Amino acid sequence: MRQEFTLSIFSENHIGILNEITIILTRRQINIESITASESAVKGVHLLTLVVKTTPDMVRKIARQIEKLIEVLKVFVHTSDQIIYQEIALFKVSTKSMMSGNILETIVKDFNARILVVSPEYMVVEKTGHKSEINELLVHLEPFGVLQFARSGRVAITKQVKELNVYLKELDEAHRNKAETIETLK
Amino acid sequence: MMTDKEVEETTAKVNGFENITGAEAILKCLIEEGVDTIFGYPGGAIMPVYDKLMDYDHKLRHILTRHEQGAAHAAQAYAMVTGKPGICFATSGPGATNLITGIANAYLDSIPMIFITAQVVSGLIGTDAFQETDILGVSMPVTKWNWQIKKSQDIPEIIAKAFYIATTGRPGPVLIDIAKDAQQEKLQFKYKKCNYLRSYNPHVPLNTKAIESAAIMINHAEKPMILAGHGILLSRAENELLQLAEKTGIPVAVTLLGLSAFPSGHRLYAGYLGMHGNYAPNLLTNEADLLIAIGMRFDDRVTGNLKKYAKKARIIHIEIDQAEINKNVLVDLEIHSDAKEALLNLIPLVKPNSYESWIREFRICDKIEYDRVVKEETKPETGKIRMGEVVKLVSDMTNGDAVIVTDVGQNQMTAARYYRFTQPNSLVTSGGMGTMGFGLPASVGAKIGKPDKQVITFIGDGGFQMTIQELGTILHYHIPVKIIILNNGFLGMVRQWQEMFFKKRYASTELVNPDFIAIAGGYKIPAKKVTERGELKAAIAGLLAEEGAYLLDIDIDKEGNVLPMIEPGASVSDITLNYKG
Repeated sequence: MRQEFTLSIFSENHIGILNEITIILTRRQINIESITASESAVKGVHLLTLVVKTTPDMVRKIARQIEKLIEVLKVFVHTSDQIIYQEIALFKVSTKSMMSGNILETIVKDFNARILVVSPEYMVVEKTGHKSEINELLVHLEPFGVLQFARSGRVAITKQVKELNVYLKELDEAHRNKAETIETLK
Repeated sequence: MMTDKEVEETTAKVNGFENITGAEAILKCLIEEGVDTIFGYPGGAIMPVYDKLMDYDHKLRHILTRHEQGAAHAAQAYAMVTGKPGICFATSGPGATNLITGIANAYLDSIPMIFITAQVVSGLIGTDAFQETDILGVSMPVTKWNWQIKKSQDIPEIIAKAFYIATTGRPGPVLIDIAKDAQQEKLQFKYKKCNYLRSYNPHVPLNTKAIESAAIMINHAEKPMILAGHGILLSRAENELLQLAEKTGIPVAVTLLGLSAFPSGHRLYAGYLGMHGNYAPNLLTNEADLLIAIGMRFDDRVTGNLKKYAKKARIIHIEIDQAEINKNVLVDLEIHSDAKEALLNLIPLVKPNSYESWIREFRICDKIEYDRVVKEETKPETGKIRMGEVVKLVSDMTNGDAVIVTDVGQNQMTAARYYRFTQPNSLVTSGGMGTMGFGLPASVGAKIGKPDKQVITFIGDGGFQMTIQELGTILHYHIPVKIIILNNGFLGMVRQWQEMFFKKRYASTELVNPDFIAIAGGYKIPAKKVTERGELKAAIAGLLAEEGAYLLDIDIDKEGNVLPMIEPGASVSDITLNYKG
């Protein structure tokens, strides 16, 4: 059964890494539903958050293939209930529509959105939330004339206890042990 | 007063650096890594490196092939027989793209290789300059790692990383693309080998609990079988494999690239797995109650129909590449580890045992295979010469001591089936990619890597013509390789499939061939045409006795088939022994 998975990919900040990841997905004809890239909490480590729809078996295989990439530190695969996630959307709406009473104001309030900018021609509404909530707000705003609409990829925080820096520490330890093992093998 | 140059040199000396060009730094890095042989082909962008190479010819031997693809295959073969990484140079643009088949071939077969390609000057990168190609983008899906250098100062660190990545974990090819100006620019050279990268962890701590579980599973099995792959050779675990087999009495089957990891003549040798492998190990895969897969990846040519694969067996998978575990076949116990380390820990925990009645089943199958296939293929009394009898004669006459190189197709399958391998790393073949044209250039690299061994190449008349220009390399460097063309005037394996699955419609598989003896003559390689069975033995003896290179062009039964065969989509136990059209 196909379902939605969020991949949190921690990598070195190197040119081409995104290309290497998409090659793995393209080979298997897996579409990227959303993508976000930024620096993580650990200095020098990048975090790519990808949302894909595929089977549990397939996501396990591609996660291992992505983790195999030389510059990827760690890949975490999560279903939606294992993470706290948000997307952000901006709506550009014509200011004239404000004149039609306070309906728009009510919508903005009801959706926990906020107005970022107001100019004589347009205003910009910001909404943070899940994809479905953003879509719903779009439906409500459309009658007022949405001039532009832009939505970000997903950003996600995992509920897991073990954080990346703990994992990195373990790697360093493994490296020290490795030196000893190689000695014994010789 | 000192000149600027002298000041520069003195400062460098005091600081433990040498002030040299990028081109020289590349060569020094290779020497530091123990390289003495390079295969390659020059061109505009790589000229600074080749120019410097002339000053280092006492330390670095460069073999000029006649095409970049040939350089890649030769370097791969060199790596396969020596266990050292294969080194290959090419220029930018077409030089680099001509390597791609060779790189992809090495990638699928996990061969440690360093490809160094030149790039146009850094200021021109991205402008579609003359002979510019985005070789990083092109090679990304077929390399373990690749990198572009635009500053000479980066050369030592990146090359050190390249060697570390190529040779550790599951080995593979890496490509370093170096801009021409970075080759010309000076740098302060100091070399330090790489042995750690935060994001790349080739050595996984062994899960000793899993090893204990494996020992319990092995000690309780009634019909166990070991499936040994290329990982045994890559981790140099042939002795450990032999110890495990002899202690437990478990029969050992091998994959195509696992051939020569276990002596073909050993009493526990179960045979060669896969589409054209032996009858016993394929058939009995579906009777076994335990499969111990070591350093192999359950390729579709080995498993046949996955839905009907090894349904009675529990499976232990010892594999260094975690992405291969549970990829094609779901296993009961995964041991993510280097083969040698896992076996060293496993051997003390397994009990001495013997499986006489189980082994007898293999011998019964062997007898059936002999009566129905092998006898006719290796000792025919009438009709045209068969591939099997040629390979069998070569095997007997060399006592299984030669390094065998193959091309791809019927010649390859027949060599794999009928040569009795006695020495590790004595088969050089293109496994995963099945690259026609591999054989001739690979024989060059194999002979250079193992100059004291007889290197014999089995090659079809089709594949021979794909890289026939490498006869020039053999002539140029007097490389004493022995070439045996198994000439059936067809692209034999494709023709076999056409016969079996396409109603004998021989679409574009029959070849009009040139006079191979005359061609060999042009390259001053002595050669002989063999058409009759009666002349075969003497001809092979002549080939083996020749000091230099030698070529035999042997007329083979035009429509001979390689059997047995697991038809595409069939189960390993539905292996066909006879095919009567």
